[in-house]
Amino acid sequence: MSATSDTPTPGPGLLGASTRRKRVNRLMEVLATAATGLAVAVLALVVGTVVVKGVSAINLDFLTDTPAPFGLPGGGIANSIVGTFMLVLVASVIAVPIGILIGIHASEFARPRVSYAVRFALDILAGVPTIITGIFIFGLLVVGHQQSGYDGSIALAIVMLPIVARSAQEVLGLVPNSLREAAQALGIARWRMVARIVVPSAASGLITGAVLGVARVAGETAPLLFTSSIVSNSVSWNPAQALASIPVTIFTLSESNSPQDHTRAWGAALVLIVAVLILSVSARSLHERSRRKLRG
Amino acid sequence: MSASAPTVGPPRRTFNTVRRNTVDRIGDPALRILAALASVVAVATILLLAYKVFQGSSQSFDKYGFGFVTSKVWNPNPVAEDYGAASFIYGTVISSFFAILLAAPLSIAIALYLTELAPRRIRRPVRTLVELLAAIPSVIIGLWGIIVLAPALENHIEPFLHSVLGWIPLFGGTPSPFGLLPAIVVLTIMATPIISAVTREVFETVPGDLKEAAYAMGATRWEMVRMVVLPYARSGIVGATILGLARALGEAIAVTQVIGSAVSIKASLFQPADTLASRVASQFQGAGTPLETSSLFYLSAILLVIALIVNVAARLIVRRGTPAGVMN
Repeated sequence: MSATSDTPTPGPGLLGASTRRKRVNRLMEVLATAATGLAVAVLALVVGTVVVKGVSAINLDFLTDTPAPFGLPGGGIANSIVGTFMLVLVASVIAVPIGILIGIHASEFARPRVSYAVRFALDILAGVPTIITGIFIFGLLVVGHQQSGYDGSIALAIVMLPIVARSAQEVLGLVPNSLREAAQALGIARWRMVARIVVPSAASGLITGAVLGVARVAGETAPLLFTSSIVSNSVSWNPAQALASIPVTIFTLSESNSPQDHTRAWGAALVLIVAVLILSVSARSLHERSRRKLRG
Repeated sequence: MSASAPTVGPPRRTFNTVRRNTVDRIGDPALRILAALASVVAVATILLLAYKVFQGSSQSFDKYGFGFVTSKVWNPNPVAEDYGAASFIYGTVISSFFAILLAAPLSIAIALYLTELAPRRIRRPVRTLVELLAAIPSVIIGLWGIIVLAPALENHIEPFLHSVLGWIPLFGGTPSPFGLLPAIVVLTIMATPIISAVTREVFETVPGDLKEAAYAMGATRWEMVRMVVLPYARSGIVGATILGLARALGEAIAVTQVIGSAVSIKASLFQPADTLASRVASQFQGAGTPLETSSLFYLSAILLVIALIVNVAARLIVRRGTPAGVMN
């Protein structure tokens, strides 16, 4: 007793409390770091598995051949690659101009209440589960007809529209009003001002939105499941027929029991993941650049 | 030289101005009308979508009314067909609830790490990695779920959970390759990047002087977070979590791949089940009778209503609770 009381230390309660506080703090820091590590590890695990298993499936033939007849080895996913390209192209041709026009409407013409209502509709559209978008287009366009690439593209365009339009609204809103005022002081007509000044100065932001939209729909399965999934094994560039796509092909192969089909699914997944990650990463770097430019 | 003067003289300029005026007289209203039309397309699409989904479900609604929601049967056999949504609503609620239970704390921890803890140099790259998780197509996460995740859960995690926590009905029953648990893990993976991205943006709006005030009073980092960051960002966190929930509720493909498509309501998370979105994805193409198709539309209508309520709630909460600029 007396030996310990010789040294002047703070009361035991106070000392205990402060080490306990530090321990709790340390524990929380470790937990937060571990959570982030876990998320990064899952990303590495999924991408790593796709790369390791996909590489063994991929060769030039896999990319340029059509699927092998049922039960035979070999074959490729050329029809799905071409199909995904066409489906996404047509979807972009629909969604990008409409999305940018919505952005122009919000930044140049609409009254605040109107543009709030449009933004609300876009948010709701973005929240619609994509399987419902698929069933909607089935009910609207496919029922009673054959499936077609156009139907699939329209479904994809509906998924893409909110992404393109919301980002267009955002970047066009960032264009400084002094630019618009300078243009109008020179007596330029409004549409010329929009086409020559507003849109070009937001161009990289608009492109970002479009690329993000493409990255998103390139990997979408659900909107295509009932609109463009009953396909032939030959390569088709014609959107008037149902087109194969990489996501639907992966989905079908993944439901199969044969290890051979699983290998093909991993190969197709590798092609898709490489394309999607390249698109996402480039959209991200474009995004940073356009923000920096517009915010000055 | 004087030779070039006539080419830019007044006559040609007048001509240009006249032509320009006519083009502008058309161009200005044309742009305005096109832009307004585009906005109308967006609003019309969502209205038409809702109309079509409800219209498609009318036959089933006429037959079952709201009793559909509480009926557990799903029998597509044409001679004895009978449909109800209860087991899929149960599967949707359970899988999304547990996914969010896992994803929300994980995401808040990630957002805290990225805003308060991470060394400045690695913040951006780590943030990018976490957000790239959201870019992986769901069909690929589902493929990984079937081939890698589900066997691992069946052979290692589920027996472990069963032996330790087997007295809880959730972890009762025998391990199986398909079921709610892999669906929950897959949905957690998909919801986490969304919740953490929105939460991080909200955390970044917490004023620096509030944080410094807490530090000045001798708070540890965690105490600062608990006393300043979390209360300040509370409604943003709630909104972000609900946005993640919306993502989980509506996911069809990855869930279909791992959940086992069983019409059943069982307490055990190891057993096969099904969700609204997943049932539509797996059965719609092969639906044999008009009533089955219509009942699948009815499932979609239920899902649409849930998704809309959840989305609108999330956006209102996030927008109200945070300064302008986040989630705009």
